[in-house]
Amino acid sequence: MSIEAKNEFKPKIVAFCCNWCSYAGADLAGSSRLTYPADVKIIRVPCSCRVNPMFILRAFEKGADGVILCGCHPGDCHYSTGNYYARRRMTLLFSMLDYLGVENGRTRVEWVSAAEGVKFSQTMNEFVEKIYSLGENVRLGDLRCRN
Amino acid sequence: MQELINRIKELLADGTVARALGWRAGDLPYNPEPAYFETAESLQDFVYNGFCGANLSKYMIEASKLEGRTLVCLKPCDTYSFNQLLKEHRVDREKAYIIGVGCKGKLDIEKIRQQGIKGIQSISGAELTDEGETLTIQTIYGEKTCAYKDAMLERCHVCKGKEHKIYDELIGESKDTKDAERFAEVERIEAMTPEEKFAFFRSELSKCIRCNACRNVCPACSCRKCVFDSVKFDSSQKANVDSFEEKMFHVIRAFHVAGRCTDCGECSRVCPQGIPLHLFNRKFIKDIDELYGEYQAGEDAEAIAPLTSFTFDDAEPSIVGKRG
Repeated sequence: MSIEAKNEFKPKIVAFCCNWCSYAGADLAGSSRLTYPADVKIIRVPCSCRVNPMFILRAFEKGADGVILCGCHPGDCHYSTGNYYARRRMTLLFSMLDYLGVENGRTRVEWVSAAEGVKFSQTMNEFVEKIYSLGENVRLGDLRCRN
Repeated sequence: MQELINRIKELLADGTVARALGWRAGDLPYNPEPAYFETAESLQDFVYNGFCGANLSKYMIEASKLEGRTLVCLKPCDTYSFNQLLKEHRVDREKAYIIGVGCKGKLDIEKIRQQGIKGIQSISGAELTDEGETLTIQTIYGEKTCAYKDAMLERCHVCKGKEHKIYDELIGESKDTKDAERFAEVERIEAMTPEEKFAFFRSELSKCIRCNACRNVCPACSCRKCVFDSVKFDSSQKANVDSFEEKMFHVIRAFHVAGRCTDCGECSRVCPQGIPLHLFNRKFIKDIDELYGEYQAGEDAEAIAPLTSFTFDDAEPSIVGKRG
């Protein structure tokens, strides 16, 4: 491996996917042989509403360069209303991160249903591209949390 | 103030209340401290003047567990916090006897110091009954004066109103001291570029010494177990390589109180480093007002909190950055 290759920026991207729609959407993307970058690390959660805003901040603290939350389309939540609560929370959190001076685009919410393998793969490709253009997340990382 | 003391004495004597929660003279003329008074004799230390900024509603969480009723002196803005705690079932209304005390704006000793007034020995003009608009300050360098308005806490310039939202009786006149726009500073920051915003918060928050005073004083931060007390939390210590390591502490704390913060301004008042912490809380309040309708936490004990409800056509998170 050459030295240049070592310095190449490889983003760490965390994707929180709800068990019922988006995770199944990711499965469908896989079984349909659609590709998305390996920089995306999927964390399965029972519902998008399970994602405490602290999870997102925690991911950034530990060195994530982008965090995306995927859930069922509003109205289709397995638990009826979970994603509505998640939507309010995430809007406020993202607005706060924007206020703090974090580049817009490091965070994203996308509603992906179990039938939308294509959308899942497209979304991830777009998001990873965006993170590549933004570069490393230096504003939210916390050295104490790296391990 | 004498009227208030006399009334407390009466209520203590006839057994209506077992103790009173008020302010006791501190070791300096400008730092009265919250205190319990159980006897008529102890009330000789009782003070209530312009420096009694402390919000006593949080003390009612512990006082609600004590035997008998507790008399508590609440200023108009403190009653919002009490209402909010009532809504969260943290305080017991039956255990509280609320005296709504008058308020004509509270003073900030730092603002007086910023005017170059040092070596303060005594301050007059801070009493509620004083009609004058100026403070007369005796210092070791002689007598100085300062306009009352110029020495007010930031929160009093954006006063929520002179009405007590919950009380058993009222003593003293209140005054609405609002003379500034509540969200002006938030709007100023919002208009900055990401680099400027980051530089601004970096310069402010790098002063943080993580003394936890903001958390301890906050009436909304009333969890019995706090995430920041966990030793497993790897950012519980200070980093010796980064000056901006407490950003997450403040963002997390602000989020924990989002939708519940009454904007009482205690966090900024107690910060020993003078960090304008209310800017975080006010950002959430502004967003909630704009996106989910006007909401003032603690205005009443019934309204549905914005983060525990939703509508089908709420804004999508992608709205962030698109708003003007």
